[in-house]
Amino acid sequence: MAHPHQQKLKISGSVVITANRLADGVVIHRTSEGQWSENLAGAQILLTADEALAALKAAQADGLIAVGPYVARVEATPTAKPGNLREKIRTEGPTFPLPSDAPVAYLPNEVGKVAA
Amino acid sequence: MYVYDEFDRTFIAERAAQFRDQVARRLSGEVTEDEFKPLRLMNGVYLQLHAYMLRIAIPYGTLSSNQLRKIAEIGRVYDRGYGHFTTRQNIQFNWIKLSDMPDVLVSLAEAGLHAIQTSGNCIRNITTDQWAGVAPDEIEDPRFWAEVLRQWSSLHPEFTFLPRKFKIAITAAPHDRAAIKVHDVGLRLVRNDAGEVGFQVLVGGGLGRSPFIGKLLRDFLPKEHLISYLEAILRTYNAHGRRDNIYKARIKILVHEIGVEKLKADVEKEWERIRDGYLKLDDAFLADIRSRFIYPAYETLEDEPEGLKRALAADARFATWHRNSVAPHKAPGYGIVTVSLKPIGKPPGDATSGQLDALADLADTYSAGEIRVGHEQNLVLPHVRQQDLYALWQKLDAAGLATPNVNLISDSITCPGLDYCSLANARSIPIATAIAERFADHDKARSVGRLHLNISGCINACGHHHVGHIGILGVEKNDREFYQITLGGKADEDARFGDLLGPAIPYEEVVDTIERIVNRYLDLRQSETELFVDTVKRLGVEPFKEALHAVH
Amino acid sequence: MPYIKKGEIADDPYVRLGGDEPVPTDVPVIVPLEWLLAQTPQSLEGRNVPLGVALPNDKPESLLEPYLPRLSLIALDFPIYRDGRAFTQARRLREAYGFTGEIRAEGDVLRDQFLFMVRSGFDAFEVKKDKDAKAFAEALQEFSGFYQPAGAGDAHFRFRFAPPFSPAMKEGESDA
Ligand code: HEM
Ligand code: SF4
Repeated sequence: MAHPHQQKLKISGSVVITANRLADGVVIHRTSEGQWSENLAGAQILLTADEALAALKAAQADGLIAVGPYVARVEATPTAKPGNLREKIRTEGPTFPLPSDAPVAYLPNEVGKVAA
Repeated sequence: MYVYDEFDRTFIAERAAQFRDQVARRLSGEVTEDEFKPLRLMNGVYLQLHAYMLRIAIPYGTLSSNQLRKIAEIGRVYDRGYGHFTTRQNIQFNWIKLSDMPDVLVSLAEAGLHAIQTSGNCIRNITTDQWAGVAPDEIEDPRFWAEVLRQWSSLHPEFTFLPRKFKIAITAAPHDRAAIKVHDVGLRLVRNDAGEVGFQVLVGGGLGRSPFIGKLLRDFLPKEHLISYLEAILRTYNAHGRRDNIYKARIKILVHEIGVEKLKADVEKEWERIRDGYLKLDDAFLADIRSRFIYPAYETLEDEPEGLKRALAADARFATWHRNSVAPHKAPGYGIVTVSLKPIGKPPGDATSGQLDALADLADTYSAGEIRVGHEQNLVLPHVRQQDLYALWQKLDAAGLATPNVNLISDSITCPGLDYCSLANARSIPIATAIAERFADHDKARSVGRLHLNISGCINACGHHHVGHIGILGVEKNDREFYQITLGGKADEDARFGDLLGPAIPYEEVVDTIERIVNRYLDLRQSETELFVDTVKRLGVEPFKEALHAVH
Repeated sequence: MPYIKKGEIADDPYVRLGGDEPVPTDVPVIVPLEWLLAQTPQSLEGRNVPLGVALPNDKPESLLEPYLPRLSLIALDFPIYRDGRAFTQARRLREAYGFTGEIRAEGDVLRDQFLFMVRSGFDAFEVKKDKDAKAFAEALQEFSGFYQPAGAGDAHFRFRFAPPFSPAMKEGESDA
């Protein structure tokens, strides 16, 4: 999971522009209308480095909404699905049940299993 | 407990108000993210994968029951009902909104809590022994000195924009429970031949990408010079620490590049200039701080009271826990209870608000209202009467807080890893829980004995993998999670880094490999009293290498 | 760029010189370090208008020592605001060398550093943003007291412990 800040803009396959929302940190993705969506399926899928760079520049100008925008690989099927584990975790949350005071709702044995 | 006075309370409240203004300026666009980031970090606010994270300081690891309840409340009101204790006497919340942060800080301030300098390139929260003040083997309570340093370092005008973070730890016992050798500055309280108390000063330890063991800077520093000497160290570092590359900016790299002798020469030259100036600590100042530490009035009790003996004989589960989790206290008839936050199958170091509330109540009933946080991500009830241990255990057990695995393989130090952390290469928590499950049979784990397993999700080493008896480091290969294993590390007074076992292995193979390593140790050890780490020391990693390869 | 002196926005009397320009003798100037080091301290004796020098943050203050009696200003640089070397330079200039002239912060100078700068011995500021300059007084009032004394710049603040460290709380500062 190459650290996003080390990414050079060499892309292979489909990518989206993704970031966290300034006010609450929630994961957001850039749509084709230049808005931001919490839903990865709503993200604009970009196919070339030029397109991606232009969208990234535009996103960087959106500093009052989006923090730390970067280019993330996705699978286009046909809407965007996470392209690696990092993005999967950003989309779906941690890969184990979160600690909770509610009565145990899972068997401990399943916790360690690979969710990917 | 240290009791905050009006000055302390005002300071924390003003800090919260200042941050409210800074957040407002960020949200309105008056400051950019680049300008804001150092400000939020100095208030413990990170941006993680899913959300903002808030790191709250637990100065020298001491909390009152009311402070613990406040932390539980923050978790319930602003987060998702749980928090994560770190290795540096902090607690982290993972889901707090930036827009809520100012309210959170105000709420914390009401209980004398804050997030000041829990991150950022400044002097971080000073850490110490979680058994400070109650350990039988210490020279004096090191928290007192940690408080002196908290006051000195809080919003220090000159040292708030350092080349990189600066971590200080203090211990007062010969057995180092504060990992001082892997801190930027490690302080050990010692007594000289004349019987005076002073400090041995280590510098340039650290983990991360380039791990170093701290080097001796000064054998004996008279205590009245503590501040002036640290000021000289920090000044030298601020002027000469590298700024061109953040991976080379810690003081350990400066020490490595110019040598400890040169650093010492520079530091002591500056120190000669200032040592007898206005930073020299006087007795009245020290006495004032000392007077704010309140200790419980211990009753005159006998060790091993009858009731305890009967319960130990009658209840095997209690006896197991007692052997594992209770340590000798300096006062006769008392014990130090470690509360494992490593229940099998749960994220290491996490506690729910419900558990924290339960612990706060138990601390009120059984531990003079006091709780400690240690660097192994467990909690401590420091003042428990031995005659109360059985009752306490029953209640801890009911709250899921009596796992008898302290210092066993399932008591791992584990960083948040890829499940939360934006810098991660690989996950840590699911590896930790899977290993704990493999060794869930405490009898088996006990037969293995003391074994520190430390896991980091990337080279930053927040999970202290370098100093684990077994260290696991997440790396990434072609978008897949791989793990490097090291053996033989130690974090105590004989601190050393583990040696690499061999090439990294994929996620799926980690648990089996660890089990094979442990089995290999059971075959190789000379006797049941030879610890894992001692077997590795005796034989090196070579005989363990076959564990990397599954026998098909 | 707004300039703050004595806590207020003011006109900057100094002319800032760059590389090889001739140094005028009739107006206050801030010269580059190289120029200063090329002069002997004696050769500056005849000057009767204020002379300032810009000290880069990777150069030691000790270079200025022979010139200090002739200098009325030292400008210290914050190339990016996270680079805090100039705090140490200012503090050493005040405390180790007893410099009493103007110590000016320039570069990436933002509101949230003002307090630290004043306490480290700065008394003049070239501020990046107008809004920050206007908030100068307010920014200095964010805290009613500090824990640690820091010598030179600290005359205006109250302390938990007055130097030398002692619990001598001033009157009216309740310790209830
Ligand atoms: C989840 C968010 C976290 C982030 C983004 C983070 C980031 C970092 C970074 C960048 C370093 C390396 C610094 C350097 O070497 O210059 C580091 C080191 C460290 N972190 Fe974390 N960390 C996080 C969580 C934690 C947690 C949960 C713990 C405790 C379990 C922790 C304890 C430490 C320690 C002890 C080091 C030691 C290395 C050293 O200072 O030499 N951190 N962290
Ligand atoms: S070690 Fe790496 S993955 Fe783990 S918390 Fe630290 S920065 Fe994140």
